Amino acid sequence: MSYPADKSRALEGVRVLDFTTGWSGPIGARFLADLGAEVIKIESLYGRGAREVPTPEDPKHYAKVAHSVYPHNDPGDQPYNRYGIFNEYHRNKLSLTLDLSRDDCRELARRLVPISDVIMENYSARVMRNFGLDYPSVKPLNPAIVFISMPGYGMTGPHRNHVSYGTNIEPSAGLSNLIGYPGPKPYKSGEAYPDPNAGVNAVGAILAALYYRRRSGKGQFIDLSQNEAAAGLIGESVLGYQLTGEHPARMGNHHAYYAPHNAYRCKGEDNWVTIAVTNDQEWEALCEVAGNPDWASDPKYQDQLSRWQHQDEIDEHIFGWTAGEDYKDLMHRLQAAGVTAAAVYTNQDVVEDGHLKERGYFWDTPHTAAGTMPFSGTPALLSKTPGTLMMAAPLMGEHNRYVLEELAGVETSYADQLEAEGAIGTQPPEGLPGLFA
Amino acid sequence: MDRALEGLRVLDLSEGVAGGYCTKLFGCLGAEVIKVEDPAGGDISRRMGPFLDYLPNPETSATYLYLNTNKKSITLNLSTTSGVETLKTLIPSADVVVETYMPGTMEERGMGYEVLEEINPGVVLASITYFGQTGPYRGYKGNSMVGFALTGQMHMTGEADKAPLVGAGFQPEYTAGIHAFDAAMAALYWRDTSRKGQHVDVSVIEAMAYYHEFAITTWTHLQAKNIRTGNDYPVGGHPLTMYECKDGWVSISSVMPHHSENLFLMMERADLIDDPRFATAEGRWDHKEEYDESLVDWLMQHTMDEVVEVGQSLRIPVTYVPTYDGLFKDVQLSARDYWVALEHPLAGRQLYASAPFKMGETPWHVTRAPLLGEHNEDIYCGDMGLSKEELVRLRERNII
Repeated sequence: MSYPADKSRALEGVRVLDFTTGWSGPIGARFLADLGAEVIKIESLYGRGAREVPTPEDPKHYAKVAHSVYPHNDPGDQPYNRYGIFNEYHRNKLSLTLDLSRDDCRELARRLVPISDVIMENYSARVMRNFGLDYPSVKPLNPAIVFISMPGYGMTGPHRNHVSYGTNIEPSAGLSNLIGYPGPKPYKSGEAYPDPNAGVNAVGAILAALYYRRRSGKGQFIDLSQNEAAAGLIGESVLGYQLTGEHPARMGNHHAYYAPHNAYRCKGEDNWVTIAVTNDQEWEALCEVAGNPDWASDPKYQDQLSRWQHQDEIDEHIFGWTAGEDYKDLMHRLQAAGVTAAAVYTNQDVVEDGHLKERGYFWDTPHTAAGTMPFSGTPALLSKTPGTLMMAAPLMGEHNRYVLEELAGVETSYADQLEAEGAIGTQPPEGLPGLFA
Repeated sequence: MDRALEGLRVLDLSEGVAGGYCTKLFGCLGAEVIKVEDPAGGDISRRMGPFLDYLPNPETSATYLYLNTNKKSITLNLSTTSGVETLKTLIPSADVVVETYMPGTMEERGMGYEVLEEINPGVVLASITYFGQTGPYRGYKGNSMVGFALTGQMHMTGEADKAPLVGAGFQPEYTAGIHAFDAAMAALYWRDTSRKGQHVDVSVIEAMAYYHEFAITTWTHLQAKNIRTGNDYPVGGHPLTMYECKDGWVSISSVMPHHSENLFLMMERADLIDDPRFATAEGRWDHKEEYDESLVDWLMQHTMDEVVEVGQSLRIPVTYVPTYDGLFKDVQLSARDYWVALEHPLAGRQLYASAPFKMGETPWHVTRAPLLGEHNEDIYCGDMGLSKEELVRLRERNII
């Protein structure tokens, strides 16, 4: 953007207690942190899940690959501070380790409530209640608090305690039903998509609640069902089913009205380009880029309806042509001619893409234990208060003393005692085994 | 009950799904949203369908009806100078303007951010495009498939020996719409103290790339390319996939230690708990066919409801894979009043998906989408003080 940026941050002064784990909560809290909120990540010293500190039982239940996302594939001496997924989800946040199984630690967490604006959690519905940290328990400490719970299926209803991951919710929200090749089999997308969708919806809910609080003085409780937030993404399709009375068939990459509309294989291993033609002008442009071969002038392909009726034939012609083309080069040539086209990027291609680079999408993030790695930046570009990298993800327990002593008013001697007892700390307790071989 | 965004006014110049969903969120949370539509046919989503009984009609397009609840519709031809001048008279009362033109169009038409800022320094302009306001692809065309393809998601969807698959519906556009709502709300929060508006630039591909970060990090850290694996997540172990059962499909995610053990109890094969082939996640992956044989055997004798009931009672993440009818019958969604019936003069009474989140003090509120230009008189005469004659003149000149 060409507008001058001053040093302001949009959410300066907002303090968030982030009790979330997994992906959905952390990505939402990070969105707030990138825009200037002070987010305190409250994590377990065992680093289970979030930092992938393993237990002896792990090899029985996990595949190795998911647990080895370290820079250059090297866990180093402090794997819990080098885990790529943690470092990605928690930049711009503070870390407080707290053993919430202890009464005194739960009391410390409660001391942070009156000086905070937002509490986020995504445990299944009963966990925070057992900690005495659910909304009814903390509201008396700070009636203006904005508290969001984001379990899979919501805080009420017969399935409120159902356990789930984003991998379950894409199917249960109706999305998988719409994905697939022609035939009976539903498909997942490449992502546990409902996770980040819940997080980014949570941000909207929190900001709306803060906006209301500024005007009314009132805080509130927000109940976000990850399933419902995901089902909203196909609302037009669910309504369309009622209007037509028909369940649309799965049709791979084809479109209900337009053709050609598909992914076409290109030169090299597993390289593809998508092409979509929605009118005669785009069809002519496509034929032009293809070098006006004989098939292009077939009278059957000269209007939209007829192209749609003969789309399998047209696909074969295009397959024959794109097989010898480079997928990225072809995207640029088609787009230059006015045809909607995209290279089907691998994860490597996304990182190396010139457009994202020029827009500064990736943030090179220097981290004392993990070195400098590029991570996704923020997709919310605000001209006067741009999101920025203020600090890399915290080391385990890096801000224990700041949060406990300066924010919660704990005596240094008491903090020392907590550390000696292993209630807080900066590394997982001794005695845990190393990574699996 | 109060409404969270009461008192805010949003001018929605957008077309299609991304802008429509962004301003729908504003509207359902209590802002006044004025949708400014082209007099010749209105928002493109009025032509996208699916239509009532398959009969194309700008008032019965499902895409428009769902995305434009809680809005007022006025018509205004923004490709004319008079249209732009008329729009400018609405800017002083606007808190947020949302637009989805190709980059540069707002400036060309004399309604770029600087112009709006001069009229109303507090206005927040949210621009939503496929590729953003800057960068080498800013003039490229987009659609949902581009959103899936260019961010890495499509390459991972489908079977390894088949074409990569496009995802569900307009997910990329919805995703950009949610991000734009968040960004605009952050800008409004800052405006309270700074008294300044600003320009928000949200793109479909960055919003989608933001959701693809796990795969991106796998590349930056391990230089490991993602591959298509059907419905499996081999990096997570097995089973983490969907299976057919007696009357449909179910989804099973075995992630934690107790999940894998309890699955053997679910399929009534406790004898397999100590089977060395299935003792580790990798073992189950390596002996997938034998493992699945026992599991599928049990699943094919049970309905979706039974599988979910037994699986969840054992604390296994098991869900069913509903069709549309299944979504309407879902007891959880029904218990939470997720489907809301709305009456529309032309589309009739239908069920609409409601809130993505439930706010305790300021509930989501939903009213039907407007007819094209339904609120012309309200806004132009009632709000802006034009006379009926002036309205007729504008209409004759095809401005409204």
